[in-house]
Amino acid sequence: MSHIIQIANLYKSFGKTKVLQGIDLNFEESKISVVLGPNGSGKTTLIKSILGMVIPESGSIKVMGTEIQNQWAYRENISYLPQIANFPANLTVQELVNMITDLRGKAARDESELINDFGLGPFMKIRLTNLSGGTKQKVNILLAFMYDSPILMLDEPTNGLDPVALIRLKALINRKKAEGRSFLITTHIMQLVEELADEIVFILEGLVYFKGTVTSLKKTFDEPDIEKAIAKILLKNNVV
Amino acid sequence: MLKILKYSFFDLIRSKWSYVYFLFYLVISSSLLYLSGDISKVIISLMNIILILVPLIASIFGVMYYYNSREFTELLLAQPIKRTNIFLGQYIGLAVSLSSSLLFGLGIPFLIYGIFRSAEIWNFIILIVTGVFLTFIFSAISFLVALKNENRLKGFGIVIFLWMFMAIIYDGLFLLSLIVFKEYPLETISLTLSMLNPIDLSRILILLKLDISALMGYTGAVFRKFFGTDTGLLLSTLILVMWTVLPVWAIVRVSGRKNF
Repeated sequence: MSHIIQIANLYKSFGKTKVLQGIDLNFEESKISVVLGPNGSGKTTLIKSILGMVIPESGSIKVMGTEIQNQWAYRENISYLPQIANFPANLTVQELVNMITDLRGKAARDESELINDFGLGPFMKIRLTNLSGGTKQKVNILLAFMYDSPILMLDEPTNGLDPVALIRLKALINRKKAEGRSFLITTHIMQLVEELADEIVFILEGLVYFKGTVTSLKKTFDEPDIEKAIAKILLKNNVV
Repeated sequence: MLKILKYSFFDLIRSKWSYVYFLFYLVISSSLLYLSGDISKVIISLMNIILILVPLIASIFGVMYYYNSREFTELLLAQPIKRTNIFLGQYIGLAVSLSSSLLFGLGIPFLIYGIFRSAEIWNFIILIVTGVFLTFIFSAISFLVALKNENRLKGFGIVIFLWMFMAIIYDGLFLLSLIVFKEYPLETISLTLSMLNPIDLSRILILLKLDISALMGYTGAVFRKFFGTDTGLLLSTLILVMWTVLPVWAIVRVSGRKNF
């Protein structure tokens, strides 16, 4: 099994807050890995480190075999769906799509299909400031899935989505996985984890606390569902 | 980088503030030309306006643009683009769009008035060149300040203070030091002091060219005496280039290590 992302001994702190304290982690190709952890456990920092948006103090990150420090071209292989959809306010959805396509220098693949699936058609000519939270999230999904990158990193992808969009997103993720794409997802929705995750990574206080399948998580903590298993970990470590 | 520059430039050129800025220069220079008719005098009046206004506007626009385009920047950082190119592209886009407002706002009336047939053409070019330099210098400084300060209010405060210090307070302190230490030989010190401030330096550059330095205070006179017109011009230009390059270099360094 080849590792698409390899992280070794990763440390990062912001001022006095130690966010990542020696993360060792490998993500496998063509799998859906879900990163779980309480608020502030370092999930977003981990994702942003892989993207090169956060610069770690020490440790190494390899994406598809190449060390990413001070590199940028490797991001061609990654699509990122940020937790908070921050877009330039004065652009329309279509202008934003065109701009990103131009910057990536690569034609979008499933653009019209995605626009149809998520009902974005009527919004393409509307400025991003005037969109509702849920619609912004759909634009976010459009931008993340449009370029058919080998690696997709989704930070809370279900934020603000209606049930129809949620079902379509899940179907989309499964379809892309079948096509061989690798996923790295963070979420707080346990149902989503249960349905999608090939592998769970549980991060606690900047360290990998557990890594394995959904079944093995339940077995290890002797609980019938993930929610309870996670709650057990948190209570045991006095996090909540 | 060119793509980022293009998007920043067109984004800014579409904003109404660019037009207000352009129209301001257009109105001021047309009315001065119309009222006075003496190109040399108009250039001096415009110089006094430009030396104060260009740094102020470039500073304010610089911080405003950085803070307003944060979302855009975050989106770009996740794309396969070199970090340095994102920030340099945005900075150059900003400085170029401000400079074009200045260039066209001043250029059009002078062109219509017939600057190319006038002997003052070089003085006018020097005025434009220093204006463009000041735009690049102060937008770089303000971009750097914004990059280092997440807090918008603090960023604005620092930039306004820097402008006030260089445009107003510096000259006051400079004169004060000349009065206090008048018993000592002050040529070298006053020379160095005026070199350290890009606004003073721009004033010297224009005045040396206009050949009326004796009328415009001590700074210019000292420069003229020491360097003669050509060397002075060259040295001032070199230092203005330094003033542009240093903050830009700092932008590259700071942006390379920043977490988003």
